Amino acid sequence: MHPWIGAGHDDRRNILEELGLSSIDDLFASVPPQVRVAGLDLPGSSDEESVRRSFAEMASTNTTMNSLPSFLGAGVYRHVRPSVVDAVLSRAEFFTSYTPYQPEISQGTLQAIFEFQTLISRLAGMEVANASLYDGATALVEAVLFSHRTLRGKRNRVVVAETVHPLYRSVLATYVEATGIEVNVLAPGPDGRIDPAAARAALRDDSCCLAIQSPNFLGILEDLPGLAEAAREGGALACEVVAEAVSLGILAGGGSLGFDVVCGEAQSFGVAPGCGGPHLGFFACPEKHVRQMPGRLVGQTVDEDGQRAFCLTLSTREQHIRRAKATSNICTNQGLMALAATVWLELVGSTGLREMATSCLARSEELKRRITALAGPWRLAYPSSPTFNEFLLVGPGPSSELVDQLSAEGVLAGVPTAAWGGSWPDGILVAVTERTSASDIDAFVGALGRVG
Amino acid sequence: MTVPIELLYNRSHEWARVEGDTVVVGITHYAQDQLGEVVYVELPEVGTGVDAGDELGTLESVKAVSEFLSPAAGEVIEINERLEEEPNLVNDDPYGDGWLVKISGSTEGEDLLDAEGYQEFLEQESD
Repeated sequence: MHPWIGAGHDDRRNILEELGLSSIDDLFASVPPQVRVAGLDLPGSSDEESVRRSFAEMASTNTTMNSLPSFLGAGVYRHVRPSVVDAVLSRAEFFTSYTPYQPEISQGTLQAIFEFQTLISRLAGMEVANASLYDGATALVEAVLFSHRTLRGKRNRVVVAETVHPLYRSVLATYVEATGIEVNVLAPGPDGRIDPAAARAALRDDSCCLAIQSPNFLGILEDLPGLAEAAREGGALACEVVAEAVSLGILAGGGSLGFDVVCGEAQSFGVAPGCGGPHLGFFACPEKHVRQMPGRLVGQTVDEDGQRAFCLTLSTREQHIRRAKATSNICTNQGLMALAATVWLELVGSTGLREMATSCLARSEELKRRITALAGPWRLAYPSSPTFNEFLLVGPGPSSELVDQLSAEGVLAGVPTAAWGGSWPDGILVAVTERTSASDIDAFVGALGRVG
Repeated sequence: MTVPIELLYNRSHEWARVEGDTVVVGITHYAQDQLGEVVYVELPEVGTGVDAGDELGTLESVKAVSEFLSPAAGEVIEINERLEEEPNLVNDDPYGDGWLVKISGSTEGEDLLDAEGYQEFLEQESD
């Protein structure tokens, strides 16, 4: 057989003969017939041009973030993405998602990861950041497991704010199911924020971690210094998870506010919103805990000629070497997306990031003012709580129906919260970014007037 | 490879020196040689109760991380705090300043080797 061309008719016949079978279907004899697909109703083969055309026609029936003014968010945000990002990503030298197994030969990849780590640790206000993780949800999981390990596995309970993204909490529940770690969910107060006193009361002497998202799932800023203090008093590690990384352009990362872990989702940094990803997780902690940090870490060193060089460091604790005793079962990183974030952040710069975040905040506040001024059934669920670029909007009916009606009126109004439940009112999460134009805001307010 | 005559040995290459009710624990010259340059030592908390065979901590070298096991049952009463700043003591003086923990307890009844037995064990290992 040819090493990379699939098996032909003769090859298949020879293999079946060798196996003593008469057809490929015989290989699946152990699968009960009632669960087998009898046949797929697919059109016959066609030329490439026709296939492209038919798919383009099918795709054109979708409503996308580009076809209508979009206020979708809830963990996935649309920000400016200069074309330089894709130009660098598509360089063949970079276009692999893996840190190489002989890493030091790829100095360019390692330098890019080192720069990513440097950028993230500055934004997080932490000493060390890793080479990236898969996404915000698994970053939260790693923060919980990190806390458990750091406190020597003696505290088997974790307190997670209900205002942490419900999908992140769902991934956490899946991960810890077999570990013996129990998750306690802490509901927010009437202002949509976690009360530090309630957090302190929820932490028992066997709690290893207090996990907080800020801005939280409802878009509201949490009292990070107060919550860090509550965790410290309770003997647990304080973990901040960030779902909208652009907020770090104007909000201090938890590292400077007493948090032990700052982790989250960096999709906002140059990764286009896509159905199913890819996303980009990050994880930062103080240097004293670096040996419990999950994932890869790139260090800067000098080679034998005294020249600057980059190397993987602490990989002795990773799974390919330590197997079941590894700090984490992540043994890779989200290399290409980390590169996207690095290029994006270096293009935008610290001033640009601050301006972008300020613009998100200003436009979001503008939309909130316009909604508040509307005489009608629409209201902000938490009008007095500080938000960054997202807020919960309550209307005259179930959120999922309202979203459909607003879509018919020409705006993608946001994400209905109904599907995930929660102790907050059923509503629409409305996200505003620097890409939201004045005419988008007009369109939104106009549509509310027609649906309300 | 030095194998001091007065010590007892685990087949996982830890040594034990019985000093009255206290057992001092370290890793052998052979073990540190196999590990290579030790860059970090993770030690248990004082007060931890252990059985013989329990993991006491880890030793990290530039190429691997290995656990070290307790040759005695009892309670950890002291850890070698110098190793935090000077992990290389484990390489330079494995039977002296490179000791790891002290356990209040005993090696009584544990399946340990004397120096001669350990020497033989090493010879078998290298075959």
